[in-house]
Amino acid sequence: MSGVHLEMRGVRKRFDALNVLADVTLSVHPGEFVSVLGPSGTGKSTILKLLTGALKPDSGEILLNGKPLSESKRPFAFMPQRDALMPWRKIIDNATLGLEVQGVKRAKARQRVAPLFAEFGLEGFEQHYPAQLSGGMRQRAALMRTIAQDKAMLLLDEPFGALDALTRTQMQHWLQSMREKHGWTVLLITHDVREAVLLSDRIYLLTGRPARMKQEISVPLPRPRGSVPSPEASAIESDILKTLLQPKAHKA
Amino acid sequence: MPRSEPKSHGLMPMFINAIPAIGAVAGLFLAWEAYVLISGISPTTLPAPSRVVAQTVEHRAALATNTLATIRATVFGFATSLTAAFLFSVLIDFYGPLRRALFPVLIITQTLPLVAIAPLIVLWFGFGLTPKIMLVALVTFFPMLVALVEGYRSTSKDLEDLLVSMNAPRHKIFLMARLPSALPYFFAGLRISITYAVVAAIFAEYAGAVQGLGIYILNAKNNFRPDLVLAAVLVSSTLTLALFGAIVLIQRLSTPWTRLEGDKAK
Ligand SMILES: Nc1ncnc2c1ncn2[C@@H]1O[C@H](COP(=O)(O)OP(=O)(O)O)[C@@H](O)[C@H]1O
Ligand SMILES: [Mg+2]
Repeated sequence: MSGVHLEMRGVRKRFDALNVLADVTLSVHPGEFVSVLGPSGTGKSTILKLLTGALKPDSGEILLNGKPLSESKRPFAFMPQRDALMPWRKIIDNATLGLEVQGVKRAKARQRVAPLFAEFGLEGFEQHYPAQLSGGMRQRAALMRTIAQDKAMLLLDEPFGALDALTRTQMQHWLQSMREKHGWTVLLITHDVREAVLLSDRIYLLTGRPARMKQEISVPLPRPRGSVPSPEASAIESDILKTLLQPKAHKA
Repeated sequence: MPRSEPKSHGLMPMFINAIPAIGAVAGLFLAWEAYVLISGISPTTLPAPSRVVAQTVEHRAALATNTLATIRATVFGFATSLTAAFLFSVLIDFYGPLRRALFPVLIITQTLPLVAIAPLIVLWFGFGLTPKIMLVALVTFFPMLVALVEGYRSTSKDLEDLLVSMNAPRHKIFLMARLPSALPYFFAGLRISITYAVVAAIFAEYAGAVQGLGIYILNAKNNFRPDLVLAAVLVSSTLTLALFGAIVLIQRLSTPWTRLEGDKAK
């Protein structure tokens, strides 16, 4: 995966009467892990949809290595909020979806994704349908489908939001170790403060309606980060919580 | 860890589920048989079930030839309508305004009474296969078109957005997401339409034909043979059930994942 530099500047988006994004400005540098953190309904998923082409911004710029997004082929592999596995495809064929869209023959695509199964803890489940898998396994399958596309940047929309707390913690650490190993460039969407602090190099706080980037936070903690947050990590967490829970009265 | 392949559908549980229905039907026939025996009613008014079965066996050669004609009309008519419904559904899916142009006209075709249309079509197109195919198609085309169009529209937005994120062109989104999403709707439409199809074929034959269960029923009625009318009814019901069963079987074999989701919901 070659590096790619993403920049969003002053991006706005409204749905008819609903003004969702007032001013989204963010950047992701090659090799970086960046999170957008905010409460539900603030427009986090909308940001990713602007990047994947499902929606168009009303104004503002989206730049890839300095060039407008519309002029380049999208270098993103997107993992939607709900896993969006195709119920009629077996896990192996869900994993090959991106390659098949790119025109790779199914047999060839299967050969290419087969080695991923062991790494994603899905060995032996190639021939299962999504309905036969647990929630955690489905999320891993969805992430595998994302990785298999072999794109420069991963866009992950609350990948573990639907999981129980224990499975979610396991998956977060698993993602951390996978990221260490492969050096993916990631833009992660989450509403989970601890998740953001555990995984990110930088965090953007998104708040308000319409939503703005309220604050940018660096997380200069060494890796790998442990399953019990260090005092430094806890301090960052409580700072973020304070900002998010602050009454918004004085802004109006 | 679940390592099982999707289970093949158990025929035994299916049979056990069917026991109450079989019992109810058997009870009904027993009561009918008993009534005919006790009342001594003439078989030219109400023949006993045993007589109907005996007549069915005795006239099996004639019934078979006529049934074959009806099957031919049903299958050709249904195949024509399926092909047309699929083509139109794809056109509508790729070009939305077509739906608004076509649906009102098609809904009107569904309001036409079969009793009036069947003789007219026979009058215009003769006693051959063509009018039967047309009538079967007329009755089944619209339900199948609606099933397909609604099925495409049921595709999850998440899946489409995912494919868009992969830079999939429109026709790939159709093939990879919209078409498979429509399969359950398609089969639901198929199950309903196949029963209409047989009825429509018989109706068309009744209005005028050289061969077929419809014309067989008409002749039996004109000869005061209610036992033979009922023999033809027995055969046509069996035929409809067989076609219905075949569709259920095809659905089970071709969409194994829907059963897994059902298992989970339990
Ligand atoms: N396609 C759409 N049309 C209209 N409103 C939408 C659409 N997508 C999202 N919204 C609305 O925009 C707001 C932000 O949605 P979303 O980006 O999904 O938030 P988040 O991911 O932060 O929970 C919500 O109020 C949602 O109802
Ligand atoms: Mg969201």
